[in-house]
Amino acid sequence: MAFFGTSPKAAALADEITDFTAVRGRSLFRDALNRFLRNKAAMASLLILLLIVCFVIFGPFFSQWSNEEIDWVVMGDVKGMGGPSLETGHYFGVDDLGRDLFARTIQATRTSLLVGLIGAAMALLVGTFWGVVAGYYGGKLDSIMMRFVDILLAIPLTLVLILILVVAGRSFTALFLGLGAVSWLTMSRIVRGQTLALKSREFIEAARATGVSEGTIIWRHILPNLAGVVIVYASLLVPEMILAESFISFLGLGISEPNTSLGRLIAEGAGTMAYGTLWQLLFPLFFYVALIIAMFFVGDGLRDALDPKDR
Amino acid sequence: MLIYILRRLLVAIPTIALLVIAAFCMMHLAPGGPFTSERPLPPDVLANIEARYGLDQPLWKQLWDYFANIVLHFDFGPSFVYKDRDVNDIIATGFPISLTYGSLAFLAATLVGVALGIAAAIRHNTWVDYFAVSLGIAAQALPNFIMGPILILTFTLWLGWLPGGGWNGGQWQYLIMPVIALSTSYMGSIARITRSSMLEVMNANFIRTARAKGLPQRSIIWRHAMKPTLLPVISYLGPVFVYVLTGSVFVDLYFSTGGLGQAYVNSALTRDYAVLLGVTILYGALTVIVNLLTDLAYAWFDPKIRY
Amino acid sequence: MTRLTRLTLTTFLSAGLAAGAVAQETHPETGEALAADQTFTYRILDNISSIDPQIVEDTDGSDVVRDLFEGLLNQDENGELVPGVATDWELSDDKMTYTFHLRDNAKWSNGDPVTAGDFVYAWRRAADPATASPYQWFISLMKLENGDAVVAGDMAPEELGVEAIDDTTLEVRLTTPLPYFPQMVVHSTTFPSPQSVIEEHGSAWTSPENFVGNGAYVLTQMNPGESIVREKSETYWDAENVILDKSVALIINDENVALTRYRAGEIDMTDIPAGQFPRLRDEYGEEAHSFPKLCNYYYSFNLSESGPEAFKDPNVRKALALAVDRDIIVNNVMAGGQPPAYVFTPEATAGFDAPATEMAGMTQAERDAKAKELLAEAGYGEDNPLSFNMVYNTSEAHQKVAVVLSQMWKQKLGVQAQLSNMEWKVFLEERGNQNFELARGAWCGDYNEASTFLDLLQSDSGYNDGKYSNPEYDQLLAEALTADDTAPLYTKAEEILAEDMPVIPLYHYAGVYMIDDSLKNFPVNNIQFNWYSKDLYKAAE
Repeated sequence: MAFFGTSPKAAALADEITDFTAVRGRSLFRDALNRFLRNKAAMASLLILLLIVCFVIFGPFFSQWSNEEIDWVVMGDVKGMGGPSLETGHYFGVDDLGRDLFARTIQATRTSLLVGLIGAAMALLVGTFWGVVAGYYGGKLDSIMMRFVDILLAIPLTLVLILILVVAGRSFTALFLGLGAVSWLTMSRIVRGQTLALKSREFIEAARATGVSEGTIIWRHILPNLAGVVIVYASLLVPEMILAESFISFLGLGISEPNTSLGRLIAEGAGTMAYGTLWQLLFPLFFYVALIIAMFFVGDGLRDALDPKDR
Repeated sequence: MLIYILRRLLVAIPTIALLVIAAFCMMHLAPGGPFTSERPLPPDVLANIEARYGLDQPLWKQLWDYFANIVLHFDFGPSFVYKDRDVNDIIATGFPISLTYGSLAFLAATLVGVALGIAAAIRHNTWVDYFAVSLGIAAQALPNFIMGPILILTFTLWLGWLPGGGWNGGQWQYLIMPVIALSTSYMGSIARITRSSMLEVMNANFIRTARAKGLPQRSIIWRHAMKPTLLPVISYLGPVFVYVLTGSVFVDLYFSTGGLGQAYVNSALTRDYAVLLGVTILYGALTVIVNLLTDLAYAWFDPKIRY
Repeated sequence: MTRLTRLTLTTFLSAGLAAGAVAQETHPETGEALAADQTFTYRILDNISSIDPQIVEDTDGSDVVRDLFEGLLNQDENGELVPGVATDWELSDDKMTYTFHLRDNAKWSNGDPVTAGDFVYAWRRAADPATASPYQWFISLMKLENGDAVVAGDMAPEELGVEAIDDTTLEVRLTTPLPYFPQMVVHSTTFPSPQSVIEEHGSAWTSPENFVGNGAYVLTQMNPGESIVREKSETYWDAENVILDKSVALIINDENVALTRYRAGEIDMTDIPAGQFPRLRDEYGEEAHSFPKLCNYYYSFNLSESGPEAFKDPNVRKALALAVDRDIIVNNVMAGGQPPAYVFTPEATAGFDAPATEMAGMTQAERDAKAKELLAEAGYGEDNPLSFNMVYNTSEAHQKVAVVLSQMWKQKLGVQAQLSNMEWKVFLEERGNQNFELARGAWCGDYNEASTFLDLLQSDSGYNDGKYSNPEYDQLLAEALTADDTAPLYTKAEEILAEDMPVIPLYHYAGVYMIDDSLKNFPVNNIQFNWYSKDLYKAAE
């Protein structure tokens, strides 16, 4: 584990930091950061993400319409008059009801970004915790925890979501509860599988033989080695969450009109794509795809950066 | 090993029983019942119908009868919504359909996905990698509800090559679009996970050792890197396999395939209690079996893994 | 049915089909050239609930059942009554006993004759609690003697007021005169069912291999989630005049996909998605059809205890109703030729004269001005904005209407209406328990008469989700039950509604369909949309 070695600078800082893991974490983090910064694709993707965030923040200043206002003039002839145009102020055209797609896309991207990131983060935290504990401790505990996951995997999701709606009402919290309920199960299975494999590796066995505490083993040896797979799967989850949101909203949980999300805009656009209003699909899809691509390379970059073996 | 398998199968029974109890409770907690309708039924009529389906009994009795009917008669009860049919019949007609297009889609997604992922990892940062990555992204960027309409527009309306939907006993013309639509979204994810897993494995010490020993690349990949690479892929494939086998609601909705996916989602929305429970049990049994197989696969891929 | 008879029957059937296809080249009446392939394919949304006439409860299912069974009377293309199994009927002087005379040549598809006893069996079966039909209430609606008691289980089904005098004479006794009773026997609940087959096979009698019906078609395939196929029955008494050989319902959940498949020529008839009618009419001309349907669409105020205080003020209700520009909703949102609604009952309903309400007579500008005035009178304005929650069940069309409503109110009146969509069953539960402020509602008439709509707003009606209650209104409807001339009473009732405004009527439904040019005789003028495959045919292109 030579790469954990402290640099002079870190050694100077060591007085201030009493926590052992923090020192480790810090140098690991710096190491990773350097590697991440050197990854061109990841940096470019980060830039894309940044641009999307800027679009979401500053876009409304350029918008001539709000996301709920109906342009009554255009509404009667969306196909003919509702296309993207600078004159009407509808830069991205209008949706089927004559609402400005530019403003709606901004609001939808904001929502979906939040939904995707928070949903994936929930899956990451809960799923990793569950999977590591089950995989590392094994035996009866593993059996119970994994049978619990089996049950949850098989329980009809629709019911779970409807019950969350009944108990928690319609709110953003309920939406995230719902997203969390969908997302962490597969993650926990993946993490458990990897943990099982890691547990029997020489270096873990060596650590255990030398009397390193279990918490430390998990924190210092298991988790860093899981990072690659976990991050890649989490970045896969982001688009999945964005789409799952539209089903959750269908059940009445989550975002309600006039607010919308990318998943819903895409679904609406896909429904009418044969009727000459293709922009209704293309603009939201563009942002969705940009997000996926960005997530892909950022995830990839993080994986490379955090891979303890890869220096 | 055999004892382990037997033990797991034994545990499966209480697991599924628990699943049924949980689903049963949630079902009855959810607002609305199978006979809640736009036109509220007069109390007398509702009472007659509830008596017919045993819903007038106390909940514990309903649950008990349900288990008893399954154990004694292998009877999963009647559908509350499709009055001419019972659950056994719905599963018997729907499951083979889902199984057919689902396993084909699974096969396609896995083979192509794993191949893409490996190719991308081996030729890391070359055009092969970029091609595989963009293909993976494209597959992910076209969710089912875009794929469905696009396929039908293209192959049915514009080209006129394929029927726009239906099953017709599973003739190949009717299979193509469902399999494409279902496999692409998983294909992208599988390629992605395979690629990153392979990249990681190729950097591991034992591969370096193998390389240092001068083993040819081909042999390193196939002999040494393959198994650990597939480990996380297998974890991911487990749940996907179950999802895909029970059919996709999107495929059933867009292509009128008549599979179990639509029946499953519909049964929750219409509160068709018996169908919902029946399909949940099937789902649960598949989950348990597939997860057992996954765990066995772990042990096969990495003989050091012990449970 | 024994195996032997089944065998001969299928041989007979297939032989007949082959012969029919060759022989019919021109239409017997119009002389039109007929298409060689007489198969009608249409789209339905979902699986049908049943093909058992006493049990089926959905309209798509009823369409199938009308082909597989024939009741006492049928409807023609204008919705007028025409003979079915019954050739004619008599009404007693007290207007409470109907005597139907049945034709003696009607046959079941197993060759047995259709008798009055089959109807008695079916009607008792429909009322019998053991059958547990969701349409038991239809028996109550028919006001059959002892009907309610049988449904409640207090009397044996044999006590029901229906009797076979002989094989071709059916006597029906009612508890009260019911002018529209003959219209009711067009409904599938009243169709005969084959006693011997049901007793032999139990609930499995509806599967294609056991199925026996008396309609112009027999069930040949039932593929859940995929298709339902019915083929011409050679035992039908009027088989020689039936031109269409095959009627196929394809289950296609997504209406856009269905339309694509229509355009690809796979389907002869499909629904037009909301808003697409004008485009399709431009492109396809006469193939895009719009015709009035017997349904309304409205939003109802919660006037019960749990409802918001603001809605207790009729001025607030009126203001909201006035500010809705219905022309925009029908022309720009639905765009399928739906008539805008200023009254609750569809104006196309038989024997109904819509009152000239104040609202209908104004221009939209006048309405908006009046709405502002009324709302101000009620004490709501910029400093005290009205705010409430409106619920609808998740669906693209409902969502569009709700969004447009909320925007109209916001822009014209400064009213804040929050939108909540709900999954269907949750929605019904919440609305049924008065757990809402403003809720979407819609109703399709059970029979072509105004009371099927107006009854919804009666104080003790089980469907009155808003808990509107006006004794004067209830009184009018009670009078209408026995009155000779009901039209003025219904008009008066609508006037009360226009004054109280317990609901905001938005539009009345239209059937908006693409129908292929080659399909002829589809009854677009039948407001109840009761169609029979036997009346259709396909002309050569």
